[in-house]
Amino acid sequence: MKFTLSWLREHLETAASVNEIAERLTSIGLEVEAVQDRAAGLNGFIVAKVISAEQHPNADRLRLCMVDTGREQLQVVCGAPNARAGMMGVFAPVGATIPANGMVLKASKIRGVDSNGMLCSASELGLSGDHEGIIELAPDAPPGAPVAEVMGLNDPMIDVSITPNRPDCLGVHGIARDLAAAGAGMLKSGMVTSVPGNGPCTVDIGLHFDDVAAPACPVFAGRLVTGVKNGPSPAWLRQRLEAVGLRSISTLVDITNYISVDRGRPLHVYDADRLRGQIHARLGRVGEKLHALDGNEYEVDPSDCVIADDSGVQGFGGVIGGMPSSCTDATVNVFIESAYFDPRRIAATGRRHGIDSDARYRFERGVDPQFVLPGLDLATRMILALCGGVASDVRVAGAVPALPEAIEFRPERVRALTGMDVADAECVRILDALGFAVEADTRPMGVRAPSWRPDVHGETDLIEEIARINGFDKLPATPLPRMQPVTGVAVNTPQNRVRWTKRLLAGRGMMEAVTWSFLSTRMAELFGGGAPEVTLANPISTELSVMRPSLLPNLLAAAKRNADRGYADISLFEVGPQYAGDAPQDQSTAASGIRCGQTLPRHWTQGERAVDVFDVKADALAVLEHLGVSLDKLRITVDAPNWYHPGRSGVIRLGPKNALANFGEVHPAILDTLDMRGPVMAFEIVLDAIPLPKTRSGPSRGTLRSSDLQAVSRDFAFVLDAAVPATELLRAAASGAPELITGVALFDLYEGERIGAGRKSLAISVTLQPREKTLTDKEIDAVAEAIIAAVKKATGGELRG
Amino acid sequence: MSDIEAQTREMLRTVAEAGDMAALEAVRISVLGRKGVLTELMKGLGSMHADERKVMGPVLNGAKDELTAAIAARAQALHAAALDARLALERIDVSLPARPEIRGAIHPVSQVMDEVMAIFGDMGFSVAEGPDIESDFYNFTALNIPPEHPARQMHDTFYFNEKPGGERLLLRTHTSPVQIRTMEKSKPPLRIIAPGRTYRCDSDMTHTPMFHQVEGLVIDESAHMGHLKGCLIEFCKAFFEVETVRMRFRPSHFPFTEPSAEVDIGCRRSGGELRIGEGEDWLEILGCGMVHPVVLRHSGIDPEKYQGFAFGIGIDRLAMLKYGIPDLRDFFEADLRWLQHYGFAALDIPSLAGGLSR
Repeated sequence: MKFTLSWLREHLETAASVNEIAERLTSIGLEVEAVQDRAAGLNGFIVAKVISAEQHPNADRLRLCMVDTGREQLQVVCGAPNARAGMMGVFAPVGATIPANGMVLKASKIRGVDSNGMLCSASELGLSGDHEGIIELAPDAPPGAPVAEVMGLNDPMIDVSITPNRPDCLGVHGIARDLAAAGAGMLKSGMVTSVPGNGPCTVDIGLHFDDVAAPACPVFAGRLVTGVKNGPSPAWLRQRLEAVGLRSISTLVDITNYISVDRGRPLHVYDADRLRGQIHARLGRVGEKLHALDGNEYEVDPSDCVIADDSGVQGFGGVIGGMPSSCTDATVNVFIESAYFDPRRIAATGRRHGIDSDARYRFERGVDPQFVLPGLDLATRMILALCGGVASDVRVAGAVPALPEAIEFRPERVRALTGMDVADAECVRILDALGFAVEADTRPMGVRAPSWRPDVHGETDLIEEIARINGFDKLPATPLPRMQPVTGVAVNTPQNRVRWTKRLLAGRGMMEAVTWSFLSTRMAELFGGGAPEVTLANPISTELSVMRPSLLPNLLAAAKRNADRGYADISLFEVGPQYAGDAPQDQSTAASGIRCGQTLPRHWTQGERAVDVFDVKADALAVLEHLGVSLDKLRITVDAPNWYHPGRSGVIRLGPKNALANFGEVHPAILDTLDMRGPVMAFEIVLDAIPLPKTRSGPSRGTLRSSDLQAVSRDFAFVLDAAVPATELLRAAASGAPELITGVALFDLYEGERIGAGRKSLAISVTLQPREKTLTDKEIDAVAEAIIAAVKKATGGELRG
Repeated sequence: MSDIEAQTREMLRTVAEAGDMAALEAVRISVLGRKGVLTELMKGLGSMHADERKVMGPVLNGAKDELTAAIAARAQALHAAALDARLALERIDVSLPARPEIRGAIHPVSQVMDEVMAIFGDMGFSVAEGPDIESDFYNFTALNIPPEHPARQMHDTFYFNEKPGGERLLLRTHTSPVQIRTMEKSKPPLRIIAPGRTYRCDSDMTHTPMFHQVEGLVIDESAHMGHLKGCLIEFCKAFFEVETVRMRFRPSHFPFTEPSAEVDIGCRRSGGELRIGEGEDWLEILGCGMVHPVVLRHSGIDPEKYQGFAFGIGIDRLAMLKYGIPDLRDFFEADLRWLQHYGFAALDIPSLAGGLSR
């Protein structure tokens, strides 16, 4: 909502400066987005009369002008096609700075001819200009006068952001009312006296709705003004509209726009001679079309509220008018429409057809229904004053909706809810100043909201009014009382697991990424997703159109971007949501990561090593162990999802069903699709799948069981079938003497000619921890025998000779 | 006797001249060995006359002690010299680079979430969560934003396709649905914060289709707007780690709070740097207000008995302001250079006692 200081002063008697006004506006909830001093930079720019304009002797496109600046006559070279003798222009003397480009004017020779200053165009002054060429001022502009004054630019423009609950502030009068209530001045009366008619209105008006649709347009008023003369608006009206960014069209149209900004009351004017029969509001019909003022043709929808005559639809009521019945410079008889439309239907029509008009903006937020007739009178008066003519009587169809019920108001609730100490009398004063009718002698008080405040429904709305006018700077900043002397834990175990996992993985040298929750359908499908229910109806791009089924695709894409920048060794992880469906329980939190390239940068101490499956397996196991999973309860199966290399991937399970994590090499076909060089290792841990500790065992670690007796270790090498998983051998070995064996480590794997095809040799080191007495050689030998027997039984492995 | 003294001097000289451990050992054996010179002399003590023994005993014992000490000292000197010689050969170039380690990093969003949790945790808030894919009810209706409400247009909502029953799910446009979910599940008094991902169909210099918010909700019998102001001032001071902070509470409008406010923080921009808490500029950082009675009623809470406040803060925005990160869009690019520069060490866990940042 834009207005100028002088416009505001037509509604508010105030001595406050523009800065004071702006500060007050923001402090009462009318946030000032900008204050524009349109005269800034125009110091020294004066009115000049062009005495003569002749062809430049050396340039076809330039003209040689003599200008009268009121003090002297100067020669100026000008390139504008509209420069002509007799016109009044904007003159920038030598030394002036051109606002648009910061250039300082110097006396110069242009193609051999002296030029002492410049005649300016609107764009050179930093003003938007519709016309090509230099500005043409009114013929009576006095030469030598400051241009800012003559053009009405010494009137700062204030742009205020109005929240959707305040349609009353979409008019200057409403803003003035708020300012007056906040003590920034005195509100001038907005009362409109009615304009008597001279005979009946010959244009008939009607409302054609069934009971269900009737609220679409409860009241439609209008009157005819005959014998008007339309044309360009007077300078004051044009300047005012242009100052707030509106284009002047013709006096009749400008008047409706003026009242829309001045009072927040949209109106529409029709060329009465172009209407056929009764003008009425009704619902649209299938097949109807509207040729609208914006030049577009719209297919009318049966739920649009339209204004129509016998020849068809003339406009979407409260949204946009139609071209065929619009006013032109030739209009002599004008019909003025002032109506009230249902905000919801306006919003729906505007959205359906994609029309953003000033009328829609106001109607969908709710205009003052009681101002239907005053608005009509205001328009009539202005038309009579500016265009002449004779006004008919007013015709009204329907009735103005009734005011809402009074609200019960307890002033003590202001204090209870805001903590501000506002006296009852001040509450009443503020409400009264805002136009509320207050019954102050009863408890609770009875408060009736004014017709221009459709946002006020209950007591809290009144409290808000009092709080904001009283000023939020008066809110007493009060610390929240502590609930306990030492505050308890804020974060539960699943939330903490997210935090712990991030820090653990970062500690393992991985970089945490945060990537989009969505991706392309193509990528989603490669990772088992892409279902219609998780596909956005209005994505921002096809690349971000489906909720991700896994964190890996976006991490891979990120790795690719980094690889393309020359980074070969990449380790990235993310902890975040993935979506198996659209229900809340389908969203799970995953911790996933990828590694590719070398484990470490090249260095003089060691050879390079490429990352492999066992790096990401270690990542996954480290997270699981950190989150309290006991590793010896885990099983590795080889049925990872199909985005992994089938022979180089695994699933980490707790029990046969509960898959906690996948790990492995990313399937080369996926990398091909991404145009990525591999191999890439990946892991995915579903944090939500990790069981929570059943009961909180407390922080106690239990007693340390350590032995003073020295542990003994013995090495074994077994030859067995290559297909037997190593874990089976390790588990079998450990079972050889469960009470003594505290560790089994696999330290060598050999496959090769010496043991034959399809065979492998696994070497293990078994640690024995005696508890009561030192083991004798005999006892150790017995344990070794038991281990060998257990391994042979479980895996068929033979001790390697 | 003088003969013995001369002999002792001679023996001490050979000890001193022993060039290595083997030579020294040969000297030791020749002097103190079973057949050593001194051993032989001492053997003669037994056959001496008592008077003579009285004289010779101390002389010989003294000579033995002197020689023993001299041999030990010489051995130590030879050891030290041998070690020096070895160490001289073992010299390496210690200016060679140390073994590399790769350093991971925590994303600024995670770090700031931890900071926010530390501060509000201390004020008695606990952390609540809700799903990203929400129903129209939780995201709008329950928050007093009925269909056709103009505020819905301000939200640029991502929608999913309509289901056969006519229901249309969406991506939450704010973390406020967690307010409703929390109030439905638990009874007052309530103090929660809900950090998480939020989505709007918007993408330009300062907007990304996904961003992070933290919601706050306090419901009890007496929490008023002064508490809201106090709570947020304390938060900003703690978060930005400044003694005082200039803040401005501006009346605004959100359908789910009333009265509503937007909060600006004072700042100064100079030379590309942003200083928080001082200066003449204002920067909007959050929206807040007293929970609307309609919202309380939607969640089964009696607005005549309970009241409270809610706020929503942009986490990415907080991170940008505190750590001087210029562009929001970079947050989600996973550019390793950016992560290295703006990321945090794994062990930098924010706490109030130890400080939020270093």
